Amino acid sequence: MNVLVPSPLRSYTASRIVEAEGECLDDLLIDLDRQYPGIRFRMVDEQGRIRPHLRFFLQGRQLFDLRQKLEPDAELTIVQALSGG
Amino acid sequence: MDGDSPGAAPTTSGGVGGNGSVMLLVATRKGAWIYHSDAERKHWRVDGPHFLGHIVNHVVLDPRDGQTVLAAAKTGHLGPTIFRSTDRGRSWREASGPPAFARDETGQGRAVDHTFWLTPCHANESRAWYAGTSPQGLFRSDDGGDTWRPFSCINDDPAYREWMGTVQDGTPDGPKLHSIIVDPRDPAHLYFAMSGGGVHESRDAGRTFRPVLKGLEVVDGFDATTPTFHDPHCVRLCPSRPDRLYQQNHCGIYRLDRPSDEWLRIGRNMPADVGDIGFPLVVHPREADVAWVFPMDGQSVWPRTSPDGRPAVYSTADGGATWKRLDRGLPAAQAWWTVKRQAMCADGCDPVGVYFGTTSGELWMSANGADPWTCIARHLPEIYGVEAMSGLGPA
Repeated sequence: MNVLVPSPLRSYTASRIVEAEGECLDDLLIDLDRQYPGIRFRMVDEQGRIRPHLRFFLQGRQLFDLRQKLEPDAELTIVQALSGG
Repeated sequence: MDGDSPGAAPTTSGGVGGNGSVMLLVATRKGAWIYHSDAERKHWRVDGPHFLGHIVNHVVLDPRDGQTVLAAAKTGHLGPTIFRSTDRGRSWREASGPPAFARDETGQGRAVDHTFWLTPCHANESRAWYAGTSPQGLFRSDDGGDTWRPFSCINDDPAYREWMGTVQDGTPDGPKLHSIIVDPRDPAHLYFAMSGGGVHESRDAGRTFRPVLKGLEVVDGFDATTPTFHDPHCVRLCPSRPDRLYQQNHCGIYRLDRPSDEWLRIGRNMPADVGDIGFPLVVHPREADVAWVFPMDGQSVWPRTSPDGRPAVYSTADGGATWKRLDRGLPAAQAWWTVKRQAMCADGCDPVGVYFGTTSGELWMSANGADPWTCIARHLPEIYGVEAMSGLGPA
């Protein structure tokens, strides 16, 4: 499926849209990390928790659980929350 | 010069001795910069920004090979990482396994928010590094900073976990493990400090640690025998006399001369109207009685500014028995910045150069033992770390 990558993570992908596969969000992030080593740890901590300022949307619907199943033809958008300073 | 020097020591500042050009590694809230001096340390060339927008807490060059540089970074949105260079910062690669706590299957385990401190291991352990994190964790790499593993038992030891407290107990941007020190005579002899959680020592290569707290004061009303209540801001070992440590603490300036286990509050000898609160402390690379501190206002609500808006370095030349104010060249009034714990250092030149970076983004130096001061750079982001390396030779 297509994955829309926010600007802070494009140092890994060099592209705004990349392709990755997975039955669930966790699988997809593991596939992304296989293609772009290191990218998953910037989004998910070592305890398997989504980092505080990262959000995932599937067809506009927010995902809160890494075990969330993904529809094959959907589009995943990774978003950095509006925070910082 | 002291007569008991152990020779070249791996330190996080001070360089490898000798004169000539100096390299300053500047970590800031918005990226890293590298400054290169000419042989006289009069003119500086800037290289940067590196990692613009990243929160960089520490950038350290490996004195053992003079080439490897590690940078501890994260952004406001992304998790922590380590960037590595093997050509003194001309090119960078990301660590393939940054510091991370062991996985806790309950899902309740701790996660590294940021790596705060980097220390090269002993001169005989090439490519090995230690890292301290927030929340407090101790990590080691044996491959030049590419992959990291939890080091020692302390990350999960029940007593240490209790002493570390929670994120509510730490400094405003998280509790930290810092001041990782390797005895230049013995790679198995280690120290580290935690804010909060006290100062700790290992003599068995990190298999076990024990607190070294005797003589240290804590905030009124708390029990000084409990490590939780101790807040060491910066601990430094004297390269020229490794049995001597200095400490800038939340509650004063101290000195420890081993084998004694009792810290002596040498900050009592500071002027009463300035006090002995601050973050950084720097020791002379060759003279164990010489050290510098940068006092800040620790009264009432802890403004963390220079006292009375008049910044100054205080220097001792007698192990803390007396202190001298050194402010020539610094603003005389209305300068409300301070210097953080990694943001002050010395080079290895003779006369020694002393450097600090401010919370207002200014980089200052003295090529003559902290007197007088000259501003190298202004308008940088808030400076978190400054490390100096001298005697490097051609890249």
